[in-house]
Amino acid sequence: MSEPVTQVAAVEVRGVDKVFETRSGNVQALEPIDLTVAAGEFVSLIGPSGCGKSTLMRLVADLDEPTAGTVEVFGKTSRRARLDQEYGIAFQQAGLLPWRTVAGNVALPLELHGEASAARASRIAELLDMVGLADFADRYPDQLSGGMQQRVAIARALAERPRLLLMDEPFGALDEMTREKMQTELVRISAETGAAVVFVTHSIPEAVFLSDRVVVMSPRPGRIREIVAMRLGAEAERAERTEELREERVFFDMVTAVREALHGGSPIGTGARGVETR
Amino acid sequence: MSAGAVTAATAPGRPKGMGPRTEATLRIVAPVAVGLIVLGIWQFLVSVVGVSDYLLPSPVSIIEELIASWDSIVQATLITGTNALIGLVLGSILGILLAAVAARWRPIDRMSAPVVAMLAVVPIVALAPVLNSMFGADSQFGRQAIATLASFVPVFLNTLRGFRQTVPVHRDLMRAYAASSGQVLRTLTLPTARPFILTGIRIASSLAVISALVAEYFGGPRGGLGSLISTSAASSQYARAWAYVVASIALGLVFYLATLGLERLLQRHTPQARRRP
Amino acid sequence: MRETESARAGRGASAASVSRPGSRYGPGGPTRPARRGGRRLATWLWGLAGIVAIALIWEVYKLLGPADGVVIGDARVLPRTTDLAMPHVWDMIARLGEPVTRSASAQPLWLVIVLAALSTLGIAAVGWLVGLVVGVGLALVMQRWRIAEWGLLPWIVLSQTVPLIAFAPVVKSWGSRVEIGAFEWQDWMSVALIASYLAFFPIAIGALKGLQSPDVIHEELMRSYAAGYWQTLVKLRFPAAVPYLLPALRLGAANAVVGAVVAEVSTGLQGGIGRILIQFAGQASGDPAKAWGPIFGAVVLGLVAAGSVALLGVILGNYRRTEEAS
Repeated sequence: MSEPVTQVAAVEVRGVDKVFETRSGNVQALEPIDLTVAAGEFVSLIGPSGCGKSTLMRLVADLDEPTAGTVEVFGKTSRRARLDQEYGIAFQQAGLLPWRTVAGNVALPLELHGEASAARASRIAELLDMVGLADFADRYPDQLSGGMQQRVAIARALAERPRLLLMDEPFGALDEMTREKMQTELVRISAETGAAVVFVTHSIPEAVFLSDRVVVMSPRPGRIREIVAMRLGAEAERAERTEELREERVFFDMVTAVREALHGGSPIGTGARGVETR
Repeated sequence: MSAGAVTAATAPGRPKGMGPRTEATLRIVAPVAVGLIVLGIWQFLVSVVGVSDYLLPSPVSIIEELIASWDSIVQATLITGTNALIGLVLGSILGILLAAVAARWRPIDRMSAPVVAMLAVVPIVALAPVLNSMFGADSQFGRQAIATLASFVPVFLNTLRGFRQTVPVHRDLMRAYAASSGQVLRTLTLPTARPFILTGIRIASSLAVISALVAEYFGGPRGGLGSLISTSAASSQYARAWAYVVASIALGLVFYLATLGLERLLQRHTPQARRRP
Repeated sequence: MRETESARAGRGASAASVSRPGSRYGPGGPTRPARRGGRRLATWLWGLAGIVAIALIWEVYKLLGPADGVVIGDARVLPRTTDLAMPHVWDMIARLGEPVTRSASAQPLWLVIVLAALSTLGIAAVGWLVGLVVGVGLALVMQRWRIAEWGLLPWIVLSQTVPLIAFAPVVKSWGSRVEIGAFEWQDWMSVALIASYLAFFPIAIGALKGLQSPDVIHEELMRSYAAGYWQTLVKLRFPAAVPYLLPALRLGAANAVVGAVVAEVSTGLQGGIGRILIQFAGQASGDPAKAWGPIFGAVVLGLVAAGSVALLGVILGNYRRTEEAS
């Protein structure tokens, strides 16, 4: 592990592959993959079911271990990065603890890592403000809508000011309108915090709207087919992205580009569109 | 995300680096090993440490006693087993019938549910002494009635739940077919409830044996396993008492395995995983 | 021993397909949220109606049934209807208020029963606590090490299906013969031991199921927080186990009462409800209504034990939010 010199990459994936051992034999989930995510960069992983995009994200999070290759997060091993809490994570389901209030859920990582209670309270207030749930601090998850739950989950992921945010289809279970609203908010939040984001999704418009680069993957075994750079604006302009962008020409051009990258080569059919369920 | 799903299904719990085959082997080896270790410790305590007979006779002496009084053990097992079987059959029939009635008429349901809920937590065997005087002290019927009541509770609860499992889409379908209530019962309600009924009977089978046996501690005619266990213990024949205990364990196992077999037999074509036990 | 099913459900992978516990004992059960006060009252009234209906059936049969019962072949399938065999319901209730014996200084029957029930309740509570400690301890071991689960769980499940309570009379022989230092084995400990023994099985299985119940997503969240075993246990596993633990504890309480009553009878321990059950039944030929007193006592005892656990469930309400939704 070399000392970070100037701007160390948020994620550095080198030659990573993953084989799962199952009852019916081995499954090659990922072919050797190389990928670098710069600090502050927003990268989406997109592809049909079974292309290993979630697996790749889980390897970065050290929820699974690669069969071969190395994953570095801010120059550390992924395990070290997890122990040092270098990233925040959000899943497709909000995954809130049902017996804790909204504030209690956001407080969970802070509690686990021994944050003093006064500092904790102010941080929670700040976070709930950021996701627009300040009035709901004392509610329980079952009293919230799906979109609100997901916002709590994002607040929770941001609780410890991570420099990297890992998101596994966080808006996958939301309806289209809530989803667009959440995307706009995520753009704002990520601009505010300056965190790098690795975002797994099925939705082409979502990936295009959010990302600096879109990594297009293909299945069986999972591999990177193409990385499409978005011309919608570099990091500096991320905050400029607004609802209007969704109706601009350049947006559709990029959607087409990603779409062609996804479908190019093999007949993928409808696979890219369906909503995956865990 | 098929790969992700695979992880979720297999990874948690299984120690790292253990293949599915190792797991299958260990799942069998581990309980057998535990059983042997316990037996070994038991024998060791008795023959080496010298734990007295009244505390715990050695496995060997229990087996000797089992062989020595084989005839009377079989006799006693038959008596208790018959009581339990009659109780199980009657209790199951009553349970299913009353559950059907309760599923059909709401007032019956509302009246019976709390009573059955009470029955589930009160010591039913306490009724044994008065049942003996109601049916005559020479009769086994009191015990059979206890076993009936004890089996009735889980069969009723499970059956009632089973009758409520029909999904709305199926009911709508039946309505669209203009099916008569008899047809609905035959093609929809009963098949849906069947696994629940069978589960209820399986739970009841253990309870029937336990209650039939325990009821014997509360007086009534001698000759069953329960009364012989207490007589042997009272006359300090501990190995013999334990031999009867072993016989009652065997009886319980026979009942359990029989109902489990019945369940498997009748449920072969239903996907097991879907079922809420 | 009443609910072997939870045992089977506890086995590893099948746990996922198991319904949320709680609704097992119907509308009378304590799992319903308190806010439905009106419906709860209705439930009680209907339950009361059910009990009255049973009393009515009793009296109507007593009125119309043949004096020597209905005998088919050799077996009497319906009881005799004499006052000796089937006392009137009102006689049973009235008897509770009368003195227990004819002697002038005798206490009323209900007081004797209450005192005996309290004594049994105390022993059952000790048994329940021991069962709780052992059960949760074993569940923790089984949750932590898969190999322990594979080794122990089949035996626990199996032993729920067999009448292990049969060995109650044998335990009696331990009384006053076991001495470890200054500690001498008391008779009531035999009873508590059997009670704990019956209480422990459902608790162990319920606790294991509960500790294993957190969703994968929650476990991964804790992993992503680099939370250790104990942190995960306190923040995630125990809270998630509450909805599973409560029915198990209630079942354990009911089992402890059954175990205590049976053990009192089979060990002949004085002072408890089991003892007077037998004693008053022996006097039934002269005083048939008296024998019913301890039965009512046993019923109330079971309800009180299960109800105390239900009270615990009300206190822990916030940990049961998922249960209400389902």
